[in-house]
Amino acid sequence: MDDFEKNFQGKIDAEIKIEPKDWMPEKYRQTLIRQISQHAHSEIVGMLPEGNWITRAPSLKRKAILLAKVQDEAGHGLYLYAAAETLGTTREEMIDQLHSGQAKYSSIFNYPTLTWADIGAIGWLVDGAAIMNQVMLTRTSYGPYARAMVRICKEESFHQRQGFDILLTLSQGPDAQKNMCRDAINRWWWPSLMMFGPKDSDSTHSDQSMKWKIKRMGNDELRQKFVDMIAEQVKVLGMNLPDPDLKWNEEKNHYDFGEINWQEFWNVVKGNGPCNKQRLDARKKAWEQGAWVREAALAHANKVKLQTHKGTLEAA
Amino acid sequence: MSITCRKYYYGDIPDNNAGGNISPEKNKLSGNDWPLWEVFIRSKQGLDHKHAGSLHATNAQMAIENARDVYTRRMEGVSIWVVESKHIHASNPEEAGSLYDPANDKVYRYPAFYDLPDELKHM
Ligand SMILES: [Fe+2]
Ligand SMILES: [Fe+2]
Repeated sequence: MDDFEKNFQGKIDAEIKIEPKDWMPEKYRQTLIRQISQHAHSEIVGMLPEGNWITRAPSLKRKAILLAKVQDEAGHGLYLYAAAETLGTTREEMIDQLHSGQAKYSSIFNYPTLTWADIGAIGWLVDGAAIMNQVMLTRTSYGPYARAMVRICKEESFHQRQGFDILLTLSQGPDAQKNMCRDAINRWWWPSLMMFGPKDSDSTHSDQSMKWKIKRMGNDELRQKFVDMIAEQVKVLGMNLPDPDLKWNEEKNHYDFGEINWQEFWNVVKGNGPCNKQRLDARKKAWEQGAWVREAALAHANKVKLQTHKGTLEAA
Repeated sequence: MSITCRKYYYGDIPDNNAGGNISPEKNKLSGNDWPLWEVFIRSKQGLDHKHAGSLHATNAQMAIENARDVYTRRMEGVSIWVVESKHIHASNPEEAGSLYDPANDKVYRYPAFYDLPDELKHM
């Protein structure tokens, strides 16, 4: 380890944040660009399953809330893209890597939203799981990423609460609504557990990322925290989680839970989930069809600049 | 299972080799990103503008409008400044030591340096 690297690790150990112009190991920079850009892609692709229900929300109030929530997710994507750009990549390059399939996004968004209750389950479970990760990341070692996370976490708690509120209303409704609520919980529970990634024993990620304090908690620990939280909250709905092995463990002071279907997990990650193709196609289409807007706005701005320049010359 | 050697930096997102600014086919990109702007927001009348983040826009007006949508959706601001990022000049962090050092040994600039009698009030 050379002096630069020693100095760098010393700052990390002393909980001093790294800022864009500070010296950093190339691997640290690359790791962050990957993680932050893929996190940004997740926020943007994450708008699709929910956007699917904006026009069909059951009331004006619900529609307005869902619109605000989806707009927040667009904002999260932008905060994160901007944070990644401070490391020297460009927006165009990141988008290009998403579209070419080189960069990934969270697999959870490759599941379909079949009923209105899914919007409730997403807010409660999917945003709930994301919050676990994101709260940890408010303490990540790279300044711009940590600051983006603080902003995001402030907004996320509304997301989870509105989701729970949707399910609570359904759970108190007639049988048809109760069933919708139960069905959505059943379908979203396991995929949201998968959001925390493979077991720590099955992934090789953590050492360096932990040492650099990019990531500060293991997948298993975060997943356990999530299970403990949701297992209690589901009681308020008068519902159950679809796991016969879920039970309180007095000794560990945690909930025990059943084995995740890792076959399904790897399958969706590899691109064979129910909506992988649909999601990516939707993003590409939006990008391609918006190309003329991007070009026209730039051309217009350049023209105005040229005119002002000419005006100044003539006046002189 | 062979795929378990993949890296996972964040949740369920596999690393592959994506996302770094290392793509060899970089030249196929147009380089047509809109210019980058830094956004400063005054959260309340009477307070300073504070850096909030950055965004892309073709001109100042669009930058302000986008900043409103991106950074003030919850009444976080009463005033917005934007400046194109390329116009910001920054001090060099590597020179921080010598830059701030002269300020370090002048303890007499702080009120606590002066040891005055206790009966002296309101000073
Ligand atoms: Fe989000
Ligand atoms: Fe969210």
